[in-house]
Amino acid sequence: MIDFELSEEQQMIRDSVGAFAREEIRPAARPADESGTIPAALIAKAWQFGFVSGAIPEKFGGGDARSAVTGAIVAEELGFGDISIALHVLAPRLFAFPIVEMGTDDQRAKYLKRFAGPDFAAATAAVMEPRFDFDLSAQQVSAKRDGAGYVLNGGKCYVPLAAESDSILVYAATDASKGFAGVDGFIVPRGAAGVTISEREKNMGLKALATYELTFKDCRVGADARLGGDKGIDFSRLMSESRVAFAAMGVGVMNAAFEYARDYAKERKAFGVPIATKQAIAFILADMAIEIDAARLLVWEAAYKLDKGGDALKESYLAKNYVSQSALKVTDNGVQVLGGHGYIREHPVEMWLRDARGFSAIDGIATV
Amino acid sequence: MIDFELEPQILSRLQMFHAVSEHMMRPISRDCDEHEHTKPTKFYESMWQASAAADIQVGNDRSKKADGAAASAPRRANLMTVLSTEELCWGDAGLYLSTPNSGLGGAAVMAAGTPEQKERFLKRFKEGKPKWGAMAITEPSFGSDSSQVTTTATRDGDHWVINGTKIFCTAGEMAAEKSEGFVVVWATVDKSAGRPGIKPFVVEHNTPGMTVARVENKLGIRASDTAALIFDNCRIPLDALLGSAEVRKEGGFKDVMATFDATRPIVAAMAIGVGRAALDFVRDFLKDQKVAIRYGISPRRLTAVERDFMEMEVQLQAARLLTWRAAWMLDTGKRNSLEASMAKAKAGLAVTLITQKAVELLGPLGYSRKILVEKWMRDAKINDIFEGTQQINMIIIARRILNYSSKELN
Repeated sequence: MIDFELSEEQQMIRDSVGAFAREEIRPAARPADESGTIPAALIAKAWQFGFVSGAIPEKFGGGDARSAVTGAIVAEELGFGDISIALHVLAPRLFAFPIVEMGTDDQRAKYLKRFAGPDFAAATAAVMEPRFDFDLSAQQVSAKRDGAGYVLNGGKCYVPLAAESDSILVYAATDASKGFAGVDGFIVPRGAAGVTISEREKNMGLKALATYELTFKDCRVGADARLGGDKGIDFSRLMSESRVAFAAMGVGVMNAAFEYARDYAKERKAFGVPIATKQAIAFILADMAIEIDAARLLVWEAAYKLDKGGDALKESYLAKNYVSQSALKVTDNGVQVLGGHGYIREHPVEMWLRDARGFSAIDGIATV
Repeated sequence: MIDFELEPQILSRLQMFHAVSEHMMRPISRDCDEHEHTKPTKFYESMWQASAAADIQVGNDRSKKADGAAASAPRRANLMTVLSTEELCWGDAGLYLSTPNSGLGGAAVMAAGTPEQKERFLKRFKEGKPKWGAMAITEPSFGSDSSQVTTTATRDGDHWVINGTKIFCTAGEMAAEKSEGFVVVWATVDKSAGRPGIKPFVVEHNTPGMTVARVENKLGIRASDTAALIFDNCRIPLDALLGSAEVRKEGGFKDVMATFDATRPIVAAMAIGVGRAALDFVRDFLKDQKVAIRYGISPRRLTAVERDFMEMEVQLQAARLLTWRAAWMLDTGKRNSLEASMAKAKAGLAVTLITQKAVELLGPLGYSRKILVEKWMRDAKINDIFEGTQQINMIIIARRILNYSSKELN
């Protein structure tokens, strides 16, 4: 039965995460963008919300609750604060959640406990590859069966927190002819022989998020490193979860740009009146508002399908591509409404424009 | 609790509407477009009977629902209306608008009439031959600025005397001359009073002094008649005035403006129906041509056709979700002026572009009148215009998000 109302619990989560994003993440966003570092105290505080531990099974000390819709709500609020910081504090999900959902009992027992602890536990996954036509379903990093284990070869990029994570979940093609079905995940210790981690990547936006290139050269892992064991994984679903999360953050970025531009336009005067009273500006703001709501509903619908158990490939793909375009347009409009001031780094709108451009380039660096 | 699923009862009801679209509308769709002022009387009869028998509510007929919106309405009424509207406009938006019912005239009676007036004017829609209700507000000298009514209503003994010209009256010919219907005419009883002086009057069919000056020739939705009406010393009884004659009471006008909150999602749903018709056609066509739409692959490897198709699809879905939300808000008693305008603005524009793109994607076939796609492009455009143009809705949205009055932002 069609319903657009959040549950009471979701409303509470939205309010508390929203307040945290507004009051604590946002003030830290510009310094983090300039310096490339996020205050440890802020990361620790975010950890207390249980964004990761909440989904860890009870027997490993977690909250055992996971919902893509709730995840999308959280991702949007954090993205509203700052998307780089959001991606950092949620990065451990990239490693933990696929294990929760598709790992073997041994893998769960071995890896999940640390995510229920009191301290931020860095962890990550390697999905992207540095090619213009990178395709999630056509991974070029290969994992070849070799005796009792697998041998990994190839290169990854945009791997968040790789340098500080003990283990990395690496996605690789075990059978390149099978598309999504031929992709598997492998748990690789950071220091494993054959793994090289690059210097930190330098990107246009998302500058507070530490990302790295990874190179695998005949990197050997045991058969027990394969996520889900012989059963393998549903990679398509994992990537849908990722698209929903990243798209939800995009809605948050859009909303940040909208609010800032709206407030500015009501203050800033031209020809004796606030510029927001001119249709040329007011219509831009109205269009931003429509796009934000449209994008959010598409994201929620995809999340809802995931919660119902489908792989939501089409919905999450379309929603994410929609956000790629609309976030760019909305943040660009944010800069435009501020005019010359929008171009100056004193205001955050230029940062959001740089951040938003990333949606079309990147996949697989967040999950619900 | 967030939920995007339609329950089985709703889905089976929609199948019924779909059958009406497929079997009663589509077969006569082209013919009604080519022969603009020829009436599909058999279609009217069938729809009238279906409506009486199965309580299928077609068109802008909100007479069966209390005041268009209110909290007293059943929890799904507005959602059901937008869903069925989409389904029927998938069939034919012009025929949908031409379907016999009380229309916007009925909505005005419901919004501004006394219980006695509702009974007197609306009971005809449950009996006898097909009838139409219409509403006349627009005049040659104004459109969106509906406070500029110049048509006058002057008291003369036991009568009101109406003088003026009205245009763009949907189903005006059917309501005024070709059935035992009525037209609700907005006229001012006191020009110096501005908005509060504008009142709704019910003018019965064939009242002397009311004539249909012409029926417009249009770009699309040609199955629906759009009439110009002239009122020349048209005398109507005193109790044909809906509500109160008192000028200070703003009642009537404001109430009817408020019905836009309910009608804008319906117009959005009309657009979505037309857009879905075009999208379905293109999807089937591409399938026939063995052109696959590869969801999930790298956006850099999509063909231009895939990219266009996906864009059409996601824009339509975005508009649909905004529309569902606006209707759901009415059903749950929430104020939805902002969201109704968002849905209308988004759907009107998105579907205008979707249908234009459909013609483009089909190349020489799309431009041909052999298939309906070019007609849908022409039909779609009206949704970006009536019930508040794109721009009027953008102003409404902007005022709401900026918290500005109409004086501050105009």
